Amino acid sequence: MIKINLIEYFENTADSFPDKLALVDGTSQLTFNELRRKAKLIATQITKINSSINCPVAIYLPKTNDAIASFIGTMYSGNCYTPLDTKNPIPRIEAILKALNPSCIITNDKFIANIKKCNLDIEVINLDELDHKEDVDESFNYLKCIDTDPAYILHTSGSTGVPKGVVISHLSIIDYINWVVDTFDITEKEKIGNQTPFIFDMSTLDIYLMIFKGATLFIIPEQKFMFPATLLDYINENNINFIFWVPSVLVNIANLKLLGSIKIPTVKKVLFGGEVMPPKHLGYWIKNLDKNVVYGNMYGPTEITGTCVCHIVDETFNENESLPIGKPCRNTDIIVLNEKDELCKVGEKGELCVRGSSLALGYWNNLEKTNAVFVQNPLNKSVPERIYRTGDIALLNEKGEYIYIGRKDFQIKLSGYRIDLGEIEHYILSVFDTINAGVFFDKAKNEIVLIYESENEISVKDFRSRLSSVLSKHMIPTRYIKMDILPKSITGKIDRALLNKKINNT
Amino acid sequence: MKKKIIDFLTEIRPEFDFAASNNFIEEGMLDSFDIVSLVASLDEEYGISIDGTEILPENFSNVDSIYRLLIKNGVTE
Repeated sequence: MIKINLIEYFENTADSFPDKLALVDGTSQLTFNELRRKAKLIATQITKINSSINCPVAIYLPKTNDAIASFIGTMYSGNCYTPLDTKNPIPRIEAILKALNPSCIITNDKFIANIKKCNLDIEVINLDELDHKEDVDESFNYLKCIDTDPAYILHTSGSTGVPKGVVISHLSIIDYINWVVDTFDITEKEKIGNQTPFIFDMSTLDIYLMIFKGATLFIIPEQKFMFPATLLDYINENNINFIFWVPSVLVNIANLKLLGSIKIPTVKKVLFGGEVMPPKHLGYWIKNLDKNVVYGNMYGPTEITGTCVCHIVDETFNENESLPIGKPCRNTDIIVLNEKDELCKVGEKGELCVRGSSLALGYWNNLEKTNAVFVQNPLNKSVPERIYRTGDIALLNEKGEYIYIGRKDFQIKLSGYRIDLGEIEHYILSVFDTINAGVFFDKAKNEIVLIYESENEISVKDFRSRLSSVLSKHMIPTRYIKMDILPKSITGKIDRALLNKKINNT
Repeated sequence: MKKKIIDFLTEIRPEFDFAASNNFIEEGMLDSFDIVSLVASLDEEYGISIDGTEILPENFSNVDSIYRLLIKNGVTE
């Protein structure tokens, strides 16, 4: 029978490999049987609080085995999980929780105090208080779900200050992971070295290859990424053979020329995504790893579940040419539309749009934002059909490959983090209410720049320390420019186009 | 030179008092972006090239350990 729920895949895997290692983090490890038991205990607790299905459950835990057990537990209970970043400032967590209205929050002793600061009336499950001897109620609600029900909600930066909750169904993940399994020949022998945070949708691939095929998932301690030599040692100690990382990590290793002194012969599959991979640095990896290693450039926003276009690097690779994002994944179709909503010709730039089972259900509790980007396919006049407008500008080349050009709005990518400059501005103006300011991105320096109008100079220290109470660290501008008067357009708004040109010398 | 090291660190993370800390890494005062920026600043300031195999927690845990790393790379007061 065709599986319609992610728990059916997990059950199948746990039955096939009960004693094999499923998860390894910095302090503990779990076999598939142990993971299943823990997830069921959590599911039982969730159902005690709320016995209905398809409600969000917030997971406020660091990147650990417990976080993944909570994801699986949530799905056993027939609900959908929402990972929250424990490094986010409290106001951002509070804003997300208010919009999400979850049935409960799963956390632990260390982080429960932060939740209490939020001043919201939401039930809390403290994993450190879970009685492990408690009997598990085996009548799990996931059996009531259908494949278009939500599995998770991930939050992305929103222009108005409140992050948007992207709702992804079981069907979309099943569609995506089966493609990954077939394309990259995934088996239980895979040892996956996870880098991306669970709040990123890139981690979907890591987590679900474990769930679908019985691969072992190593949640690499974050400190290893600060010191790349220790990261390569970690790979060797654990015989990691599969990685899916953001390019900035691969670039850092290449810049430090570490692969010459520390060989990583076990690594066989190197995938990357979330931002543009510079071909020179990829060339360094290709030269220093075994000849038979597979490299995949994976493109796709959270709204289409992981990856919709992929380029597997082949003999045509040239260090002096930018890497194509490639060809559509199976069961995904890409259409590039021009400003008149017509299909672009080969070589013509337009907005990259996606259709397929991979499309998100929408943004949680936000019909307006949903309807703005999940729209009727303008090429289909006969029946209702949704496409997702990515806001990315791309073109199709003569080889049938898509080439990424840039963004049509104020969204940027920094080390894989998707950031809307509008969200940064919103919080800056809420903290510094006497200034007028605009936030820009210096493409050459990969730096967020704040330009502000104020009578008095504000010190960088003052900016940064006050902004760290409302913004995630990667969103805090690193350069500050004071102007006596900001250039304005006729309507009185800040002339962004002019300032943007100034910052980028174009 | 130690003052200069503190200046670089403070430029990267003005919200912390680096002179007062004995372990930046354990106290979560730096992340991977910060280490990349710091190494770039030190390389440029002193005309050195800190080897990737020397970028280790024990060489970046406090001002003294960074100072010793610079001395080892041939930097003089």
